[in-house]
Amino acid sequence: MRKVAVVGAGMTKFMRRAQETGKELAWETAKMALDSCELTIKDVDCVVMGTAPDAFDMIHMKSEYLSDGAGAWRKPYMRGFLGGGTGVFTANQAWYHVASGLFDVCLAITEEKMSSCLPHPQGAFVTCWDQFTESPLGTSLLWFFAWEMNRYMTAHGITEREIALVSVKNKKNALDHPCAQLSADITVDDVMGSEMMAWPVKRLDVSPTSDGAVALVFAAEDVAKRITDRPVWVQGVGWCVDTMYIGQRDLYYPKYVEYAARMAYDMAGIKEPRKEIDIAEPYDPFSYKELHNAEGLLLCDKGEAARLLVDGETQRTGRQPWCPSGGALGVGNAIAATGMMKVAELFWQLRGEAGKRQVPGKPRRGVAQAWGDEMQVGTVIVLGV
Amino acid sequence: MTENIKVWPGTPLSEKDIKEKRILVTEWQPNLKYAWDAGIGYGRYFAELKKGRIVGTRCDKCRRVLLPARVFCEWCFRTVDAWVHLQDTGTVNTFSVAYTGTAAERLKEPLIPALIEIDGSGGVAIMHLISEVDPWKVKMGMRVRAVWKPEQEREGAITDIAYWKPI
Repeated sequence: MRKVAVVGAGMTKFMRRAQETGKELAWETAKMALDSCELTIKDVDCVVMGTAPDAFDMIHMKSEYLSDGAGAWRKPYMRGFLGGGTGVFTANQAWYHVASGLFDVCLAITEEKMSSCLPHPQGAFVTCWDQFTESPLGTSLLWFFAWEMNRYMTAHGITEREIALVSVKNKKNALDHPCAQLSADITVDDVMGSEMMAWPVKRLDVSPTSDGAVALVFAAEDVAKRITDRPVWVQGVGWCVDTMYIGQRDLYYPKYVEYAARMAYDMAGIKEPRKEIDIAEPYDPFSYKELHNAEGLLLCDKGEAARLLVDGETQRTGRQPWCPSGGALGVGNAIAATGMMKVAELFWQLRGEAGKRQVPGKPRRGVAQAWGDEMQVGTVIVLGV
Repeated sequence: MTENIKVWPGTPLSEKDIKEKRILVTEWQPNLKYAWDAGIGYGRYFAELKKGRIVGTRCDKCRRVLLPARVFCEWCFRTVDAWVHLQDTGTVNTFSVAYTGTAAERLKEPLIPALIEIDGSGGVAIMHLISEVDPWKVKMGMRVRAVWKPEQEREGAITDIAYWKPI
């Protein structure tokens, strides 16, 4: 397979509600990504689109709706969909479009406009549950996260206060992100005192719903070297889906994330991820998920993530920063776009272009991960310079 | 590059912009109705629930009980071997004290959604609700029993079990 690099990135602000349509968000971010590497749409051989459930804006065949904003017309175009895992998967898709030798330049766009769904986009998730055995119980998406957080906390003896530190860290990191929706300087007590949504999940443990878009440009090695002196190489990709019957797996550990990570690490030649990865962007739609996913990414032993957090090792200035972007908790959670925001963050960090967010010490390799579907899919990408 | 970007695209709107109609929107409320067939596996599972019984299926290759009942084992990728009757008692695997409903609407009285490991299944859990207990006294590992709806009210659905209560 050919070597593939990320050569350009674009991003809109993340916001509770954008005046722009989905097409307009896609266009803004796509144009920005192309401009950033001085390419035009004529240089793009194919386009991939990532956008989460159609039910958010009730536009059927949403990728077709978005296709003009994506610059896709008269080009090979496709949409991949893995729920919340979509954002990183779309980057993986762009990678194999180019690595396969079929295309030299692939534009990858992720877009989400959750605000169209009233009164709250969570209602659109109801048909994600099994329509026979789950939805009739009046299921709320938050229940799932509460079960998983409870199981995770109890299995390892981790406290709610320790988990709350993830929100504190990420919302603070997001203060330095120009596109952030919910950046804030808060304390553990603020999280603990926030509204109880579904114990043990409190309001400040939860990422917001967002509108936003992110785009990346992928190029084959020879093209990438002509475009830029600082290509960021895709070193590994992985993805994995687990059982939909949540009662037949133990929620305390995301085994499917580990499988996806092992696939990506094998490809990247990584044997000791704790030592060989400088920065990580585990998916953090809920505070505990950063810890849970980081364990699945093999960045620490099972149950050890909270200790690393408490010891400050995952701060931007720590030994292995997690979510230096501010993550879904701080920047916002425009589902598919958030996964790709994490890949874009690696791109900017590894090029030393992250501005106020820049992790010190010239990081050379990072891993980004997203999670979703029926809470049983892991998508992983490793970038390096 | 990013440190040099001064203007990032996107125009955030506020609640006020919507309420005061400062922006234009088009509204639509779908009026769609679906009838999903329960199928072979769930069909029998629900028919048994109507009779007040919980059944699963068994795969003799991986020696596993499949619950909710299904007709094929997804790991061994073969047809299941038998139907098995399970108990209507179980153990709380994990739970929540939930103040939110389907569309994130707030509930005054919390629900106690839980995963309950069904006795006789070898630890396989189903999703359901716990009641008749102080929500803050629920514990992992707590033993619970199904509270069935009266027979004439059952319709062959997961809700034929009204809820679960501590034993």
